[in-house]
Amino acid sequence: MKQVNDPYIYINEQKFSLAQIRPNTTLLRFLRDELGLMGTKEGCAEGDCGACTVVAYEPKSVAYQEATYRALNSCLLLTPSLHGRHIYTVEGLVERERGGFHSGLGRESQAPAHPVQSALVEKLGSQCGYCTPGVIMSMTEACYRKDLKEAWQIDDQLCGNLCRCTGYRPIQEASESIAGLRPQGPLLERLENEESAEQQAERLAEFSQEVQDQQFFRPTTLSSLWSMWAQSPQAELVAGGTDLGLRITKRFETIKALISIDQIQELRSTKMLDEQWWSIGAAVPLSDVEALAKDKLPALERMLRFFGARQIKNRGTLGGNLCTASPIGDMPPVLLALGARLRLASAQGERTVSVDEFFIDYRKTALKKHEILKAVELPLNSSSAQNITHQRAYKVSKRQELDISSISACFSITLSEDQSQIIQARLAYGGMAATPKRATQAEQVLIGQAWSLESIQQAMQALKEDFSPISDHRASAWYRAEVAQNLLHGFWLEVSHGAPERLPYRPSSTLNLADL
Amino acid sequence: MSQTMNNELKSPLHHDALHESGFLHAKGEARYVDDLPLPPHTLWAYPVQSTQAHARIKQIDTSAALALEGVVAILTAQNIPGVNDASAFAHDEPLLASNKVEYIGHPVACVYATSLELCRKAARLVQVDYAELSESPILSIREAIERNAFHGTPHIMQRGDAEQVLASADLKLSGVFDSGAQDHFYLETHAALSIPLERGRYQIYSSTQHPSEVQAKVAEVLGIKRSNIVIEAPRMGGGFGGKETQGNHFAMLAALGSYATGRAVKLWLNRDQDMMITGKRHPFYSSYEAGFNQKGELLALKVDVIANGGWAEDLSSAILDRCLFHLDNPYFIPTLHFRGRVAKTNLPSNTAFRGFGGPQGALIIEEVMNRGAEHLAMDPAELKRRNFYGEAPRNVTPYGQVVLADRSARIYDELIKSSDYQKRRAEIDTWNQQHPWIKRGLAYQAVKFGISFTASHLNQAGALVMIYADGSVQLNHGGTEMGQGLHSKMLSICAHELGVTLDHIRMMNTATDKVPNTSATAASSGSDLNGQAVAIACRKLKARLKPVAAAAFGFADPEAEVDHLHFEGGVVSHPQREEKLSFEDLCQAAYMSQVSLSATGFYRTPNIHYDRSAGRGKPFHYFSYGAAVLEVELNGLTGEHRVTQVDILHDVGRSLVPSIDRGQVEGGFIQGLGWLTREELKFSDTGVLLTHSPDTYKIPALGEAPKHFKVSLLSDADQPDVIHGSKAVGEPPFLLALGVLGALRHAVASYHPEKRVEALAIPCTPEAVLASVAVAQGRLSPEQALKRAQG
Repeated sequence: MKQVNDPYIYINEQKFSLAQIRPNTTLLRFLRDELGLMGTKEGCAEGDCGACTVVAYEPKSVAYQEATYRALNSCLLLTPSLHGRHIYTVEGLVERERGGFHSGLGRESQAPAHPVQSALVEKLGSQCGYCTPGVIMSMTEACYRKDLKEAWQIDDQLCGNLCRCTGYRPIQEASESIAGLRPQGPLLERLENEESAEQQAERLAEFSQEVQDQQFFRPTTLSSLWSMWAQSPQAELVAGGTDLGLRITKRFETIKALISIDQIQELRSTKMLDEQWWSIGAAVPLSDVEALAKDKLPALERMLRFFGARQIKNRGTLGGNLCTASPIGDMPPVLLALGARLRLASAQGERTVSVDEFFIDYRKTALKKHEILKAVELPLNSSSAQNITHQRAYKVSKRQELDISSISACFSITLSEDQSQIIQARLAYGGMAATPKRATQAEQVLIGQAWSLESIQQAMQALKEDFSPISDHRASAWYRAEVAQNLLHGFWLEVSHGAPERLPYRPSSTLNLADL
Repeated sequence: MSQTMNNELKSPLHHDALHESGFLHAKGEARYVDDLPLPPHTLWAYPVQSTQAHARIKQIDTSAALALEGVVAILTAQNIPGVNDASAFAHDEPLLASNKVEYIGHPVACVYATSLELCRKAARLVQVDYAELSESPILSIREAIERNAFHGTPHIMQRGDAEQVLASADLKLSGVFDSGAQDHFYLETHAALSIPLERGRYQIYSSTQHPSEVQAKVAEVLGIKRSNIVIEAPRMGGGFGGKETQGNHFAMLAALGSYATGRAVKLWLNRDQDMMITGKRHPFYSSYEAGFNQKGELLALKVDVIANGGWAEDLSSAILDRCLFHLDNPYFIPTLHFRGRVAKTNLPSNTAFRGFGGPQGALIIEEVMNRGAEHLAMDPAELKRRNFYGEAPRNVTPYGQVVLADRSARIYDELIKSSDYQKRRAEIDTWNQQHPWIKRGLAYQAVKFGISFTASHLNQAGALVMIYADGSVQLNHGGTEMGQGLHSKMLSICAHELGVTLDHIRMMNTATDKVPNTSATAASSGSDLNGQAVAIACRKLKARLKPVAAAAFGFADPEAEVDHLHFEGGVVSHPQREEKLSFEDLCQAAYMSQVSLSATGFYRTPNIHYDRSAGRGKPFHYFSYGAAVLEVELNGLTGEHRVTQVDILHDVGRSLVPSIDRGQVEGGFIQGLGWLTREELKFSDTGVLLTHSPDTYKIPALGEAPKHFKVSLLSDADQPDVIHGSKAVGEPPFLLALGVLGALRHAVASYHPEKRVEALAIPCTPEAVLASVAVAQGRLSPEQALKRAQG
């Protein structure tokens, strides 16, 4: 594997060395404080408002195997983890001298606007303008995406960009008008010219750096990871950094040693292990998982649709969402209900555990020291000639988009061939206990019983034995307990009435009862 | 609409236009305070915040923090050379807490250091020792009532004997009602940059809606005259009222640092600081008694409202007043008794927010009307229509102002028809009978909103228009641009009045050395007041230019020809002359003829007055009207809901720039929807704000804009005595969102045997709505359902 001494990054086509940049520096701070690019704004420093959005060129996405641009929250990205990547900011969309590096001050900009910029201005999609650079960059991803086919995808693309002024209609209309447009210009040229082998080697080069008091390691193979970790045993791992970044931007911690694992190639692939088991690398971005799950696991896709902003899904990984072990993570209930297996790896070798054994306590997992989650393995095609399995995922939050769940759930029920008897039941909840957890009492009530409202109502009662939820600023214990039961009831309604697995556009709930 | 289209128009006035900064926004070239280039050796400022809601400060030890290399100064109340007060007028708001702290977040000291990182480190090392005060903090309106803690004086309005009428009413309703707080969540947090100059002068860049007040407060805190201070306000990244008074503090802290160190100082709040330190929309607690006759006519209304003012008075009394002024909304109330007070609590000092108490007031009568309709089994839209203001004597507001040119009925007729309200309401009732889990609801929401600052003297504005000899124009006015499009409107007025194209005019940043003694850009009044001032200045200049033009056309008696000249699109013409005169040549000729090419304009709104002690007067120049028809869909198992369809008809008079006004209507509506359905500020039982970032505080996101969202502006609606027949637009559309409550009630009521809603807490989060459903189903008591909302 190629090595470089110091990392570097391309901003608006210009190369910048990161040799003197402390590794805890976020891309947003780098752009504003080091390069003086003031277009990109800080609105929240936690990936919840999108004002800091930039796009990164991704030579080969996991899901599509072709080049694309990905909108990212620059406020959460650690600059060296972007080594070798091409980043474009709002200034970089305009063709002008020296890329995007004229400050814009001191002259009336004559440079023609990018079609994305013109589209937003002509719809009056900006009022105060502070969210606008971020909106523009999310629209830029949309502009070059080839997979924007459904209305909800525009919502999903832009839901991570809060605007307090416009009420969104003009932003939505402008976004629709440019989705998949792919206009001629330097950005399209980059997508159409395949990355050369040398460029790829440079981008995937490994490096270790120490700037002032901060160390940063970037292996791109597992074997390098083990040796770097041995070299700096206290180092913490970071993949997408959408959770870890908050410690730097919100708690103002200095993280002395970090190992960036998001480009370890063994963690970035998906494959079928056999006819049933599908393996997803732990560092596969969630937006790729979402695209791939569409035809394979509708329950997983339903949850990912309301998982978070596109910017977060573009960067956050499946492994990260599990390993932070938050009680309100959205993926764990799905994996628990689906009966996932987790492939763990360390320098000593690999092992497989059931997801049921993974979450030990509040933010604690079964990972041993210097062990990582390598892949998540999910069973597909759970239905067979003898029985039929129904799987649905639910998320209830104060706001449907880009919010942390008050309560989430995923249910998997296997019925006998004639759909009369419950053979297997896996009912998993998030937000109901200190860890994501299965409702084992309620499951026991169901197994072997008739598939009927009466059985479901007994299971709803049993949930009281399974959980004692708490009250916090998201929801009260009363609400959580009530909705935990109602989701199970709703699941029964959905399944027994044959409600479609895929949700309609802008549903009022993930519980799909529209025509019942 | 193209970028240059408006340059080709004869006059851009009354035509759609792009936002004047749109391309700057979209190209990343728009500069806000946090983006400005810094002078050498600029220091950062960082407030040290109180961790106690109500405590005495025993001691502040800054020694460990000062020992850090790069920390240049740490200032406390003792270091203030002038007056330690950041308030707009109440003189009750120490900028830095002096002997006691009154809320969690209250700045007790300010660190000045060479980097933001160092500031944060130093702020953590500042040791503040607190001593408990005998009185525990007051954290809710109810506690304030019990302990008789109020700001200012009560405001009372009355007409007739409400008690007596209530006693004999066919239907008598009473209840209590809470509305919630709302954070402004402007995307740009507060920021200021202070640059000290020679002779004790200061140039200060401030993200403020009120540069003149910032100037006055900085002068006060430094103990110097206002003439030493220039406040320049570039565009704000949103204001919504949150930068009407609350910007004072941060400019003052920056200036104090410059005073102490002689260096430029920048202060920029991160989101969490901004949300914890600054005030929000006032929550109100109210109790009411209402009496209706069988026809659904409101006969009498008694209301007692109490606003949560927070620790300092700020603008709370004026906000309370506007709440009372909007307890009628568009409805005539024959007999009434209103009383309003402001509670003093140990929370951030609540402040102006779009609507300024108006939405909170209108909410109460809408609750009364909705309940009245449910009890009388009437369509709420019809019941509300019956109560609209009408002919004398049904045309007098509770405070004695006669309602002229009421547009409620016209809007009702047009919108009920265009939205197909009646058919849809019937269809929804059928749907709700057939669908146990998903319910729908439809509501008509009317709005009447009074336009003018209710402190009458604030209704004044100035402008300074300067023409250079090359025909280029600098436009200065006293209003600030926060995204609302004020500058776009002022440019249109200026171009129209001077007869030039928009590219002749350069809009300047708002600055106190161009227009002095300005009022805040607030109360929806920005374009009404400043637009008149701009027009007056332009008309003066045009009057001076006309004789020059007539002379240039070679008329022997130029003064006799001035009325025949035509100014349009940068060209001056005269019917008797073939050749035309360019504006550029005209200005050069004027310069050569020694004619003054700069002029000020000044405007004051005529004939408004209010006597607060009597509860009588004419506080408003006029009223703005609008209405919305909203449809919601509700999931009865989770309480989640979504606004699916919205039709709005809004009255902006003859719009100055329709595309800008439409944006204000849409944006205001969605912001109101956020307040009523999602946005929830929760404090711990010791007074810590728990929801201080967008992680936990949820404003509407893109997908929440209704799928069907149609906004129309009322046609043929010229308003006399307002600039070019227009009407104000900033705040009134916010109130249109109140209709979501009516729509949700319609949906929830379908679960109730008598189609009533007995409890629906605000904000209508999924939890609040599910609780309301549970009440309708008889599974929860109304008290249980509402308990969670009490603040």
